Amino acid sequence: MKDLTKKTLCNLVKGIKKKDFTSEEITNFFIENSKNGKKLNTFITTNFERALEEAKNFDKNKNYEGLLSGIPLAVKDLFCTKDVKTTAGSKMLNNFIPTYESTVTSNLWKEGAFLLGKLNCDEFAMGSSNETSFFGNVINPYGDKLIPGGSSGGSASALAANFTPATIGTDTGGSIRQPASFTGTVGLKPTYGRCSRWGIVAFASSLDQAGPMTQNVEDCALLLEAISSYDSKDSTSANIKVDQYTKNLTDNIKGLKIGIPREYRVENMPDEIDVFWKKGIEFLKDAGAIIKDINLPHTKYALPSYYIVAPAEASSNLARYDGVKYGHRAKGNNLNEMYENTRSEGFGDEVKRRILIGTYVLSSGYYDAYYIKAQKVRQLIKNDFDKAFKDVDAVLTPSTPNSAFKVGDKKDDPISMYLNDVFTVPVNLAGLPAISIPAGHDKNNLPLGLQLIGKAFDEQTILNLSLAIEKRASFKRQITEWWK
Amino acid sequence: MSIDKDTVKHISKLARISLDEKKVDSLSKNLSSIIEFIEKLNELNTDKITPLTSIIDASLTSRKDEAKNENIRDKILKNSPEKNAEFFVVPKVIE
Amino acid sequence: MVEMMSEKKFDYFIQGEKNKWEVIIGLEIHAQVLSKSKLFSSSPTKFGAEPNSQVSLLDSAFPGMLPVINQFCIEQSIKTGLGLKAKINLHSVFDRKNYFYADLPQGYQISQYKNPIVGEGEIILDMPYGSKKVRIERLHLEQDAGKSIHDLDPENTYVDLNRSGIALMEIVSKPDLRSPDEVSAYVKKLRSIMRYLGTCDGNMQEGSLRADVNVSVRKVGNKELGTRCEIKNVNSIKFMQMAINYEAKRQIELLESNKIVNQETRLFDIKKNKTRTMRSKEDAHDYRYFPDPDLLPLNIEKSLVDMLKKDLPELPDEKKERFIKEHNLSAYEATILVSEKEISDYYEEVVKSCDKKLATNWITGDLFAVLNKKNVSISKSPISANNLSSMISMISSGKISGKIAKNVFEKMQINDEDPQKIVEREGLVQQSNPKKLEKLIQEVIAKNEAKVSDYKAGKVKLFGFFVGEIMKASKGKANPILVNKILKAKLN
Repeated sequence: MKDLTKKTLCNLVKGIKKKDFTSEEITNFFIENSKNGKKLNTFITTNFERALEEAKNFDKNKNYEGLLSGIPLAVKDLFCTKDVKTTAGSKMLNNFIPTYESTVTSNLWKEGAFLLGKLNCDEFAMGSSNETSFFGNVINPYGDKLIPGGSSGGSASALAANFTPATIGTDTGGSIRQPASFTGTVGLKPTYGRCSRWGIVAFASSLDQAGPMTQNVEDCALLLEAISSYDSKDSTSANIKVDQYTKNLTDNIKGLKIGIPREYRVENMPDEIDVFWKKGIEFLKDAGAIIKDINLPHTKYALPSYYIVAPAEASSNLARYDGVKYGHRAKGNNLNEMYENTRSEGFGDEVKRRILIGTYVLSSGYYDAYYIKAQKVRQLIKNDFDKAFKDVDAVLTPSTPNSAFKVGDKKDDPISMYLNDVFTVPVNLAGLPAISIPAGHDKNNLPLGLQLIGKAFDEQTILNLSLAIEKRASFKRQITEWWK
Repeated sequence: MSIDKDTVKHISKLARISLDEKKVDSLSKNLSSIIEFIEKLNELNTDKITPLTSIIDASLTSRKDEAKNENIRDKILKNSPEKNAEFFVVPKVIE
Repeated sequence: MVEMMSEKKFDYFIQGEKNKWEVIIGLEIHAQVLSKSKLFSSSPTKFGAEPNSQVSLLDSAFPGMLPVINQFCIEQSIKTGLGLKAKINLHSVFDRKNYFYADLPQGYQISQYKNPIVGEGEIILDMPYGSKKVRIERLHLEQDAGKSIHDLDPENTYVDLNRSGIALMEIVSKPDLRSPDEVSAYVKKLRSIMRYLGTCDGNMQEGSLRADVNVSVRKVGNKELGTRCEIKNVNSIKFMQMAINYEAKRQIELLESNKIVNQETRLFDIKKNKTRTMRSKEDAHDYRYFPDPDLLPLNIEKSLVDMLKKDLPELPDEKKERFIKEHNLSAYEATILVSEKEISDYYEEVVKSCDKKLATNWITGDLFAVLNKKNVSISKSPISANNLSSMISMISSGKISGKIAKNVFEKMQINDEDPQKIVEREGLVQQSNPKKLEKLIQEVIAKNEAKVSDYKAGKVKLFGFFVGEIMKASKGKANPILVNKILKAKLN
């Protein structure tokens, strides 16, 4: 078997065109790796047989026109994939087989890729460590007691361990960027509206976005181009032309202004994080960027605001899971009993917590005090960014306040778990694009990421800045395949 | 502001999730600490701010009034845990 | 034309044991929008389809499905608002109304809460005691729910989602109605306006028009409103009236025994002719309204509203005024002719080519009688507008008399045959030849010399007898006007 370990997505796409290897060879390689990696528990559903068929068909027909021709890809189990079980990491959908395909995954298959399998995630995308999945925890390839981050934990882990050449996740409060940071991979959340939400199991409608998770920046640009589109089936989809991210990718970022927000220097932040942040600043200076101090005064209110808005929307989005049309159904002597038992059995603890908080903050007497208040604060946060972006082209922050922690460390402390998202959440509230790129390893040899936040629909700038950092950081994932 | 057990029971009824006493207890604690956390927002005076109404700076787009006449009843009923050839089947409501 | 001043006064008061009470009523009407597809999905909206055959993935709330609004439904609501002389809100918001029920697959209904598409308006009612203005509070767009069928299985409920997602206009009146008759007039007028506009077919039997009735009572003379109860989903005007009657009396009885009326939702039991509690306070819904994050705010261009206003068809009130002024009809006649679009369409078709007064009388008299007898609406009239018009023209031209016309009218009902053909085939042309008539009249007079003498002596009532004999002799065909003229001349 060819060793394709060092090959990036772009290498593979080029390699197939140049006939260095076949699609079947690539597919077999990733299937082998995945089969040997069960300890990481990254897959909920594998699609290996069909993937091999697709690969063989591809090699026969040799249609090289797509951006991802002949490439097998595993995706987060939040994307509805036609005829392939889609669970959202939940018992509630453990038997759900969609008769339709999400727009984002359709875009992937249109570009010549095909489905390798569905990746584990926190239940209904609610979590920051992939410990809430009905299908068990995902393990970080960096160590067998470490969490990979969440909610796209299965995606990040599979990517870092080479079970898939690239993948897509979803990000509502940091669910792409935080696991990317914890596994030493690249993860990008596009501007809200850049990618279609049609066919993605909804968590919080005004915050959810699908995005690429890749080994490097070049791959990220390619995958972003493949999945972005205007979708008239999604009323929140932006009718704005998709840039040619790959063609315009460059590390020439001379003269770009980078904002450093003082409010991101949070209480009790480990020194190491600060060190990496400063390193990132140096890299960009070295590349010719101009560094400016900026204020994002309402940063500390982002997490509380998020934990009102997101659960509120989730409590309503998850009301459809009632055992009537699909999914799990429990017994009940009457309709309400059936509902209550179904939802009690079907949802895990974190999901229940968020549904209840969401129900509470929308309920009579509390709506103004919580929900309206949170939406006002959200406006203030957005205003902060709008103001800052008058002076700078991008904002540089750490991705996470710490590196990957151990399984079980924060399980009984929801607030402590939520604080993982302190740097990523403001971005979702403001609807802006942001990327996490690996910048180095901490003293425990665990990876840490830097986050670049861009102006709306200016993914190109943050990709370019990331490329500049990537070239200077020379980050290499320090993973041994201990799980084999 | 803390969330007492009666409130937890009330919200769980609204959300149609049944909880045993133990769960009500632990949730009362969890939810109270979450509410305490989110009440940080009270530090801010937001009297003069309009709540965010949409992230995208655009208005609602619409579609033409055209009916897609395909009958996909089989697909619609396929995943239902309880159905017959024509309907979804659920236990009766108590009026 | 001088209109008699109506002397009738409003008189729906209820005399309790201690006090005189008046009834305050407000209506929330749910009107299904006439459109080919649903409000947020492209499923068809036809009534009576096979269960679950007009249901899309969105209508059944599958994971990842998203709503996209139907432009035509927006326009239909604006048109209805214009027909209610209401304020059109150029900015409106869709909100989620959250609750659980088997026929609500999303677990929420997309509706409008604080920012509806249409604001305040009014409807004018023609009551026997004068015009009554009923103020409209608002009109908003929302999704209809599916249907729960409880009686096909003893232990289970069957759910049909065909109706789920069809566009509804909810029209809320202010509590201005004061009697079951006013309620009936209001519903009929509102239905008529929407049928004129083509925005709702108002078919209560098919469920495209449903009402929730809010009823409270207060002592005559009091200014404050009492506690109201809501009677849900009453689907005929008759039941609405029965429900109001019962509910008003129930509340009065409570209040006169010094008890209080609990604000609650009730159902009207049509078998027992009573209202009963539907929901206790404990189960009261907390709908947790919030703006739907899958939809952006709706911003309408003023130019759209102007264009729709320009293209509005003539509405019943305007049409009535025009009939009174230009057709010289009485207010009473005009009211009847505009009460339904089909009737005014029929009338206007008929009067394109014949006398308006005659047309009015024939339509509101003879034709309505036939329609009632056959229990059909004018759209299924056995006599077409063209043929009726043709018949009336023959009366005006003197070809047939009014009496003959009644005969022709009967015969037209069989096959909607051209009246000219009937008249020709059956030889029903009126005899209007003066010479021939003179001869006939002379013969009758000659046969009845004694009666002629009596007449000349003063028994003037005998004139009718002579006319009768002349008619008999002419087999009903003698032109009555000429007969009158010639007979008079001969007898005097």
